[in-house]
Parts: sequence; C-alpha cells; structure tokens
Amino acid sequence: MTKLLQTLLDSIAVGSLYALIALGYTMVYGILQFINFAHSDVFMLGAWFSFVLARAMGLGGAGSGSIVQSLVILLGAMLLCGVLGFLIERLAYRPLRKAPKLNVLITAIGVSLLLENTGQLPQLLGKQPARMPSVIPDLVLVEAAGVQIRLVDVLVIVIALGLMLFLQWLVFGSRLGGAMRAVSQNQAVAALMGIPVDRIISFTFVTGSMLAAAAGFLYAAKYPGLNQPAHSTWVLLGLKCFVAAVVGGIGSIHGAMAGGLLIGFVEMFGAAYLTPHLRDVYVFTLLIAVLLFRPSGLLGLARVEKV
Amino acid sequence: MNGGAAVRSVKSNAAAIAAGVLFAVLLQFVLRGVMGPFVSKVMLDIGINIILALSLNIVNGFTGQFSIGHAGFMAVGGYAAAAITYYGSLLLWGSAAIHGDIMGPGDMLFLGACGAGGCAAALAGLVVGLPSLRLRGDYLAIVTLGFGEIIRVLIQQTGDVLLTADEVRSASPGTVLTSLGGSLGFPGIPFYTNLFWVWIWVAVTLAAVWRLKYSGLGRAFLSIREDELAAEAMGVPTTRVKVTAFVISAFFAGIAGALFAHLVGTTLNPGELGFQKSFDIIIMVVLGGMGSISGSIIAAIVLTILPEALRAVADYRMIAYAVFLIALMIWRPSGLFGVRELWELGPFRRRGEAKPS
Repeated sequence: MTKLLQTLLDSIAVGSLYALIALGYTMVYGILQFINFAHSDVFMLGAWFSFVLARAMGLGGAGSGSIVQSLVILLGAMLLCGVLGFLIERLAYRPLRKAPKLNVLITAIGVSLLLENTGQLPQLLGKQPARMPSVIPDLVLVEAAGVQIRLVDVLVIVIALGLMLFLQWLVFGSRLGGAMRAVSQNQAVAALMGIPVDRIISFTFVTGSMLAAAAGFLYAAKYPGLNQPAHSTWVLLGLKCFVAAVVGGIGSIHGAMAGGLLIGFVEMFGAAYLTPHLRDVYVFTLLIAVLLFRPSGLLGLARVEKV
Repeated sequence: MNGGAAVRSVKSNAAAIAAGVLFAVLLQFVLRGVMGPFVSKVMLDIGINIILALSLNIVNGFTGQFSIGHAGFMAVGGYAAAAITYYGSLLLWGSAAIHGDIMGPGDMLFLGACGAGGCAAALAGLVVGLPSLRLRGDYLAIVTLGFGEIIRVLIQQTGDVLLTADEVRSASPGTVLTSLGGSLGFPGIPFYTNLFWVWIWVAVTLAAVWRLKYSGLGRAFLSIREDELAAEAMGVPTTRVKVTAFVISAFFAGIAGALFAHLVGTTLNPGELGFQKSFDIIIMVVLGGMGSISGSIIAAIVLTILPEALRAVADYRMIAYAVFLIALMIWRPSGLFGVRELWELGPFRRRGEAKPS
C-alpha cells in the first residue's frame, strides 16, 4: 500500500513535468507540423540557467534560497528561454517556412546540436555535471501511511498545474489564443482574417520555451544532479515528452497534459513493479502500441492528408 | 528496359564489382605497407562510414523517409556478428583468437557472421518498420530514435561474456545470447576486420545501392519521396515499398556494424552506438545530398578525415557542423549535390547534354 501510494505520488510529479514539456512539442506541432527537436535542449538550458542564476545569487552553501529568490530564478530562466525560443524560430525556422518538412526536421536537429555543443564549451557551462544548489527546502510536509509528501513534489505539481491552467486560459479563453488556434487550422485564411501569422508563431515558440524552462527549473529542484549539456539523458527526456505528446494526440493541448501524466505513470509503475532498468523501454513500447492501434493518439483527431 | 541494356548493365555492374575487389586487394596487400598504420586505420573508418552513409541514403535519400536510429541497426548487426565469431570460435577452436590465414576458416566464419549480422539487422528493420511506416514520415523519426535507445538499453542489461568453451557448452542458448558484456562492452572479439573485407563490402554495397537507384524498385522509392499521395494513386504499394527500403537499409547498416565490431583497437560498446552516431551518419547523407550516391561517398570521406584534422579544436567541431547543417538547409536545402551524381554537375557535364531536372 505504501509503495503504491508513493509510486502514485512520484508518477504525478514526474508526469506533470513531462506534461509541461510535451505542451511545447504539441503547440509547435499544431502550428507548424514539425517536431521541434531543439525543444529538449531548451528544457536542458532551462535547468542550467536556473543553476547559473542560483549560483549568481550566491546560493549553493548550506541552507536554501528564500521564496523570492526561487521565484526570481524561475522567472529568470523562463525569460532567458523565451528569448532563446524567439531567436531559434526567427533565425532557423522562419526562413524554412515553405520548405519541405524533412528540411525543417534536419534544421531542428542542427539547432539541437548547436545548443548542446555551444552549451558545453569550456568557457560556458563546461563538460562537467553540476549540482544544483537547493532552491526549495528539503522538507517533508506530511507523512501519512508511510508515504512522505515532500515540499518539492508538492511545488512541482502545484506550479505545473498552475502553468497548465494559465495555458488553458491563454489558448481557449483569450483573443491571442483564438489567433493561435486559427493559425494552426489554416495559416492562409488566418492571414486573410488579419491575424499576424508570423507574430503568432513567434509567440507560440516563446510560450512553449517558457514552459520548458519552468519544467527545467522544477526538474533541477527535484533532481539536483545536472548532467552535462550534451549528455544523452536530456535528449531522452525530451524524447519521452514527445512520446507523451504523440500518445495524447499530437497538436492537442489536453492530449499533451494527459499523455504526460500517462507516461509518468507507465514509467514510474514499470520501474517500481517490474524492473527499474527498463523504464525507457516501457515508454517506447507504449508509443509503438499507440501508433499501431490509435495512430492519432488518445485525444487527437484523425486527419486525412489531402492533395 | 530492353534486353540489350539489361545485359550491358549487368556487365558494367560486374566490372564495377571486379574493380572494387581489385581495389580492396590492392589496399590490403600493397598499399597498407606504404600507408602506415594510421592511414590504414583512417581507410578502415572511411570504408565503414561509406557503407553506413550509402545504406542510410536508401531510406533518407531515395525514399524521403527520416530514420534517425541507424546506429541501432548497426548495434544489432555488430552484436549478432560478434556473438557468432566469438562464441563460434570458442566452440570450434577453443579460443577466440584469430584462426587461419586470409580466406582461412576464421575468415569464413567472419564472413558468415557479417551476413548473419546483416540479416539480424534487416529483421529488426522489418519489426520496426512495419508499425511505423504506415504513418507519416516524422513519426518514423521518433520511432527509430526510440528503437535505437531501446536496443542500447537492452544491450546494457546483458551479462558478462563467457570466457571458455566449456562454459559455453554448459550454458543454455538463452544464457549465451544474453552474455554480451553489458554496458562495459564486448571484450575479446577477434579482429577480423581488415582493409580487404571492408572495401569488398563497400564494393558490394555500392553496386547494390547503384542498381537499386536505377531499378524499378528504386523508381518507386523516388516516387514516394517526391509525392507519397501521387505515388499511391499511381499504384505504388507505398507501405510495402517503404518497408522494403527500410529493410535493405538496415541490412547494410548491420554489415557495417559487424565490420565495426571486429575492428582492431575498438571495444564494441553500446555507448558508442547511441544517437550521436546516428546523427553523424545523417550529417553525411544530408551534406552529400539526399539521394546522391557519389555525394554520400564524398561526404563520408570528408567527414571521416575532418575530425582527425580538427582534433585540436574538437570542442568547436560539432558547433561548426551544426551551423553548417542549418545554413545548408536554408540556402542549399537539397545538400551539396542534391539527387545528382558528381558527373552530372556543371563542370563535369558534357556539352549539349540536357540538364537533369
């Protein structure tokens, strides 16, 4: 029972992190129909920016940062990644707006390699793993039935949930979101209706990157051992979140949230009750099963490609 | 194609393979002494990379699908072949050292292992391709990347290599198959790979890929790449053709993996065959021009030599590659050569010949 509850809690915490990242993939896919491979690197830089900011504020000794400091770090990382997302779209993807999808995909891989390898230059972040200073105090809030509810987990879930609610309002409740949905349905018609398509696409990238940065901050707070920028764990994490987006139905905001949670559950329960070494295998097996039986994802709409 | 042309092309094909064999013999027995060990090693790497680039070109170049798990197929082929030569040698001759001379029994075992490695990889290609190739192209990218990672994780979970023939005889087949060295790599593989075998396989791959590009099946590949819906409307069974392309490509990746596994001075190690390796191969194919055979070969040669030359600035190498890749996609999206071959480009083209479109 204890194990079950503990795993449940872990799944929700990890799943909501995955959902935050999956949202970035699904939003870009919904608007431009391509896999933004560089998204996992934006997430990675979000975690590393948090590290750099925390260090710059003098954290890293005993004790942990105050709430204000943590908030500043979170917002700072989101701001930096938002700028980064804007630049990536503007410099690398916009010139390819009318190019074949394959070219955009290759460019995305190029951007991903660029961010990773620039990040680990010795003058910048370096090739060594780092330990994130504790920004959230390591407290056990409640201990019930042998399950420890930690402050970190609660914050991860609360912040992720808050951001998702905000996004829900942004996309489905605001004028800007209306424009985003219009662009994702038909760019040409949206442009005719007076929607500034380029600006909306930029905005989508910035939003997705900021969510990834928030996920990066929360990830760094939950798992303080940060791997070097080009380490394969980052790409693998990003990949899992993309799987979450596909499983939920790529292009669907709610699908990405549901998919993220589902992947969190599959991974954590698989690791706890089957063998822990094969957690990535479970996730990809789920992906292949979904692709086989319901290619448009759990909440996605099947689209017929037309000439 | 009429009969005369078919006969002619078979002849020219045989001539090409003969030339390749001659080149391989020349490299191994004459030039190796002249080149010295370092250049010989680079020549081995170049050969293996050419096979990898050519095989990936079948999927990414000809068929226009995007596979980014090529190193996974390489791993399947490499481990299958390594298990056959290592455990085969133990059972047959009691030790895993190199057995016999050139073309001796050891070499024959190695040749068989290469073929088996290729077939194992092709089977893996079938298993991965069938579900994912029914879907649009970008799903394939994700599934192949995931497949490569699953293979890597599974190999890392395998147990220690068995050391003696008696251990192998007393162990169950299942145990033998899961004793591949785990995450530290597969030690003790006999180093059968030499310039002769590598370049023979380069010649075979080149001939096969060349024949493929200009065959009916190759035309079907190209039609899918140009417009999948139109191809389907014209009666091309798109899923079957795509899976075929994928399986052939995986077969040669498996061969390259087998050669890589038996290379002197390397330990076959799952960490080496991660997606970094897949990306290296993709960069070769994209740089040379997706669909261009000569482009792939030249890119494989250049990108094998370049890291050796740029060792001093290794930190900046990947950055330069990445920037180059992005710039290439923006300003010359079809790669340096596009679908064309070297001799179809401007300076080499005979006057009066129509420009291929």
